[in-house]
Amino acid sequence: MLFDFTQEQLMIRDMVRDFTAKEVEPRDKWMDENGFDHELHKKLCDAGLMGVHLPEQYGGADGDAITSAIVIHELAKGSASTALFVDAHWLAADIILYHGTEKQKSKYLPMAAAGKIFAFGLTESSAGSDAAGIKSQAVKDGDTWVLNGGKAWITNSGVADVYIILAKTQPELGNKGISAFIVEEGTEGLKIGKKEDKMGMRGTCTTELSFDNIRLPASAMVGAENSGFKIAMMALDGARISVGAIAAGLAEHAMTIAKHYANERTTFGKPIAKHQGIMFKFADMAAHIEATTLMTYNVARMKAEGKRHTLEAAMAKLFGSEMCTKTCMECIQVLGGYGYSKEYHVERLARDAKLLEIGEGTSEILRMLIGATILAK
Amino acid sequence: MKILVFIKQVPDTINVRIDPKTGNLDRTGLKGVINPFDNNALEAALKIKEETGAAITVVSMGPPQTEESLRIALAMGCDEAVILCAKELGGADTLATGYTLASAVKKIGDYDLLLFGRHAVDADTGQCGPIVAEFLNLPQITFATSIKVEENHVICERDFDDYIQKVKVKLPAVVTVCAEINEPRYPSPLGIMKAMKKPLITWTHEDMGCDTERIGKNGSPSIVREIFEPEHTQKDTIMFSGETDEIAKSIVDLLEQQHLI
Repeated sequence: MLFDFTQEQLMIRDMVRDFTAKEVEPRDKWMDENGFDHELHKKLCDAGLMGVHLPEQYGGADGDAITSAIVIHELAKGSASTALFVDAHWLAADIILYHGTEKQKSKYLPMAAAGKIFAFGLTESSAGSDAAGIKSQAVKDGDTWVLNGGKAWITNSGVADVYIILAKTQPELGNKGISAFIVEEGTEGLKIGKKEDKMGMRGTCTTELSFDNIRLPASAMVGAENSGFKIAMMALDGARISVGAIAAGLAEHAMTIAKHYANERTTFGKPIAKHQGIMFKFADMAAHIEATTLMTYNVARMKAEGKRHTLEAAMAKLFGSEMCTKTCMECIQVLGGYGYSKEYHVERLARDAKLLEIGEGTSEILRMLIGATILAK
Repeated sequence: MKILVFIKQVPDTINVRIDPKTGNLDRTGLKGVINPFDNNALEAALKIKEETGAAITVVSMGPPQTEESLRIALAMGCDEAVILCAKELGGADTLATGYTLASAVKKIGDYDLLLFGRHAVDADTGQCGPIVAEFLNLPQITFATSIKVEENHVICERDFDDYIQKVKVKLPAVVTVCAEINEPRYPSPLGIMKAMKKPLITWTHEDMGCDTERIGKNGSPSIVREIFEPEHTQKDTIMFSGETDEIAKSIVDLLEQQHLI
């Protein structure tokens, strides 16, 4: 590692590692078959893991970005779905943390720390990568905003208690005319739509949302009017660190399963781990996981030090997510026919991995961001 | 109310070996964890604290790395920790350990309830709690599966084959607890952050005024000669087949024939 964890971070790492082994990993297959695990959510709350990075005054543990990355990384080693659930919860809560008024922070951050579920709503059915193309609109009516439109592919929607919704408040300004709003579950006009039947990450709940003349007070806006796009992009910088951490943890999980298999399965008179063709696969996987881990914690350190980290976070997500998919597919190959069976877990991990290349900034968008930044330097 | 909880750091694996020179466990390279039953004792104390506002001191005798386990206990919610640590305390059997722990209790002075796990998983004796009770002339309840504090008494249940015994004892008292008593909490991240700032005191045998003839190897009348896994010999194997009822009847018939039941 480029730096040492503090004693507190090591203890938190060990606690989450223990929690993951006992409470999270044994449930991952069940979640893949049955969906969101409310019981596990309660255990996460009881263990104090829902608000690790939130300030203590709001019920959090005052952890920094490195501590958050440790929690996500360790959870992902048992269940990528669980790590993604916490990542998406923090993505939304962070918008209030960094841009909310004191009144909004005092109300909502203790809820997030206690385990009320938050969800971040930017993507729509016709606007994902082209975030400025969203059509949800909030129109001022006296002291109230009236919100209409809808969202798609929102992680934690359907189980969330609080949504952060991005909507156009001045459509003619494009991405400079978007604002962020807090919409609580149960608000009149908020409808939970179709639940997505996803390829992977099936332990998270992902639905459509529709907004039918939702009336929101002025106090529901987070940050300045028309600053929503900037707020969202800053929040995604932090979330991309989490994706790097998920990628590193998920890939390591897959490699561990493949390693045990390779050391036991024999062909041509010896364990397949002794065949160079298999050895080379593990060499590449291990090196790529190490690289992703180092990149991720480096970006986390930059964020903890208050440094701008947009470029580095994008790199960690781009590299880590693509590495993770390749690693999981390679692990299926190591297990051969057994890798193709649901009984041996790696196929589920490969299905989970693919999402990391898509959500919170597709690899293509990240390549645009990184390429443009590097070429402008 | 003041609760003292006694914990032991044990190796996190069954693959331990004995140091042939000292005859003691070779703990080098092994990660230490809180003895699982001591986690139950901690949780029992923490639940009483939540109900009564009791103060909890966690105590452990061991080498310096025992501090890691004490910090975890502080992170779970204990208020202060005491580590009993000195070279002279090493190599102690249960009698010497019990004497040392009792000496620590006398130095602490003010206590109502002393909690132990039923036994340590590395040694399996279950003797330290009862020995401490005897040295301090305190009533003891062992193998408790429930615990409740009522005024100045503690009420516990103890499971037997055919019945449950309910025991009520006046405080101060010693209680050793079983795993069935509760589900220990994980130390929360906030608890971990606060644990570093809580007091952790180190006492040697001199601080406690111990008789050096009664501590460590000096004070241990028993020696562990050897710990080994017994040989499993393959004897005659009889396979039963048929429906479950038929198999059960066949097993019972065989055991009766062999006068085992």
